[in-house]
Amino acid sequence: MDKFTTHTGVGVPLRRSNVDTDQIIPAVYLKRVTRTGFEDGLFAAWRNDPAFVLNNEAYAGASVLVAGPDFGTGSSREHAVWALMDYGFRVVISSRFGDIFRGNSGKAGLLAAKVDEKVVQKLWDYLDDNPGAQITVDLESRTVRAGEGVDAIEDSFDIDDYTRWRLLEGLDDIGITLSHEDDIAAYEATRPSFKPVTQHA
Amino acid sequence: MGRTLSEKVWDEHVVRSTAGEPDLLYIDLHLIHEVTSPQAFEGLRLSNRKVRRPDLTIATEDHNVPTLDWDKPIADPVSRTQVETLRKNAEEFGVRLHPLGDAEQGIVHVVGPQLGLTQPGMTIVCGDSHTSTHGAFGAIAFGIGTSEVEHVLATQTLMQDKPKTMAVTVNGTLPDGVSAKDLILTLISKTGTGGGQGYIVEYRGEAIRELSMEARMTICNMSIEWGAKAGMIAPDETTFAYIKDKPEAPKGAEWDRAVAHWKSLVTDEDATFDKEIVLDAAEVTPFVTWGTNPGQGVPLGASVPSPDDFEDADEKIAAEKALTYMGLEAGTPMREVHIDTVFLGSCTNGRMEDLRTAADIIQGHHVAEGTRFLVVPGSAKVRLQAEEEGLHKIFIDAGAEWRGAGCSMCLGMNPDTLAPGERSASTSNRNFEGRQGKGGRTHLVSPEVAAATAVRGTLSSPADLTLVEA
Repeated sequence: MDKFTTHTGVGVPLRRSNVDTDQIIPAVYLKRVTRTGFEDGLFAAWRNDPAFVLNNEAYAGASVLVAGPDFGTGSSREHAVWALMDYGFRVVISSRFGDIFRGNSGKAGLLAAKVDEKVVQKLWDYLDDNPGAQITVDLESRTVRAGEGVDAIEDSFDIDDYTRWRLLEGLDDIGITLSHEDDIAAYEATRPSFKPVTQHA
Repeated sequence: MGRTLSEKVWDEHVVRSTAGEPDLLYIDLHLIHEVTSPQAFEGLRLSNRKVRRPDLTIATEDHNVPTLDWDKPIADPVSRTQVETLRKNAEEFGVRLHPLGDAEQGIVHVVGPQLGLTQPGMTIVCGDSHTSTHGAFGAIAFGIGTSEVEHVLATQTLMQDKPKTMAVTVNGTLPDGVSAKDLILTLISKTGTGGGQGYIVEYRGEAIRELSMEARMTICNMSIEWGAKAGMIAPDETTFAYIKDKPEAPKGAEWDRAVAHWKSLVTDEDATFDKEIVLDAAEVTPFVTWGTNPGQGVPLGASVPSPDDFEDADEKIAAEKALTYMGLEAGTPMREVHIDTVFLGSCTNGRMEDLRTAADIIQGHHVAEGTRFLVVPGSAKVRLQAEEEGLHKIFIDAGAEWRGAGCSMCLGMNPDTLAPGERSASTSNRNFEGRQGKGGRTHLVSPEVAAATAVRGTLSSPADLTLVEA
């Protein structure tokens, strides 16, 4: 996984709440067995609509998505995170994320930045007034910034310490866990014999 | 101080705990299906890793499989490749697989319990959000993403922050004709889709105790629909009776040891929850959704709400969008909403009791003209059992379609989909835009409402059928 320290990119206002992972990528796009190439499924149903925000050329090359509350609820499909990343997004900002989506983001290297609802509103208004404007997301200091002068927006975002550390370092979870292999083996030795197994000698 | 059920099960599975880091949690059972596993197995191959505990892992084919012609090769080449990839991976990594055509094949969350692999006090994960189903047995069970699937395959553990605890206490008794599905839909309409976020929820109280295991699974299954990390119900005699003599249940002295331990898995009297919700079961009525998330529901006897009914600005906009998508007019009585397709099935309501309940209601009636009724058993074993009981005949005689086992119309991933604009009454768990097919319109309902709706062609409860006949 690539290290993530700070990112500056074009922000897109997605003025919708409850964007579940079926909206982010419908099930029909989940049939692939590869890890890349999911960008065509991103918001597939909405992208047919010329008025959909991602079809606005002003937001071409966008990499920071600013979404309404309860983004990424529903299905556990990590393809939702992959589709966002394959399209070019590095950051999603929302006031509330679905748990599994937020976890998947941390694993795959997409920054899910949780901010106050008022910050989402301010960013939406700013991006509407300045289409194509950039947003900076600094993971080191946990701040999100946009605009300049008196109207500049600067606020903090939430992310748990552990995910932040892993993103900053670009670490692979499995590697970290396998360094505790002794602990896992010791635990296994204590498991009760009545626990079920799927294979019998 | 006492501990809650979830805290007890959590504590029993902590491999390693360090301040400032998530706990490293041991996983007792890892369920696999074809959609969320290929990239995980590929990851293992690229890193030259193996599956640490194939004996705690089991796979089946459910999301992609057709429910017609299931004895023939899968027609859609992309789906077929994904299913064949699972077969190759299972063989290469030594994972037990129940493929299409096998008597134990079916929806992964129906298969685990019917094999007796789902037991109290376990940690169970799967790359599927409805893994919460297994919490009905007093297990901590939750859905994970593909990166985590790979992590569990390689290490049999997961790094997890300890969630907060919530109690949902349901006092009293559910009225006749009102089911677990109505109860959970009612709860979600009160909490919204994010109300459970960050919590492991324990469902408790008299109404929960009175539920069968299969009804408890329906409740826990939909925990994810209000955002909860997991849902649990403390194991009791109902639980033990369900598990006993299942193929993978403990036997002999091991059974006694297991039950003795399972009996300790209850929330202590002096334990406290971070949050509590109390519901009165007597107030629950048949409940249906009108919108595009599971929280947008009303009693069947109510009407389609107006965006003006919502004070919150986001909810108002969401309601407007939902009504447009659903093609509904505010103020229309739900009972007047015409249904094109009724779907009975899924990991929420595709088990024996659901089929028996629906068969009982539809027996002697016929599916309404202009409506189709799809009956899809949750597993091959459920299908075989239903056929032994003659349920398939009741459905077929009534004009319903009797299908093979799988996820079917719950999600638009196999041939069972809605056409654009087609409206369903579905016993599944999600009414998201396009969930059952692009442009499809979904109303979530109980098996009781599904069967009655199939007969009348509009959203209905079994009580409406009695009126028709009289």
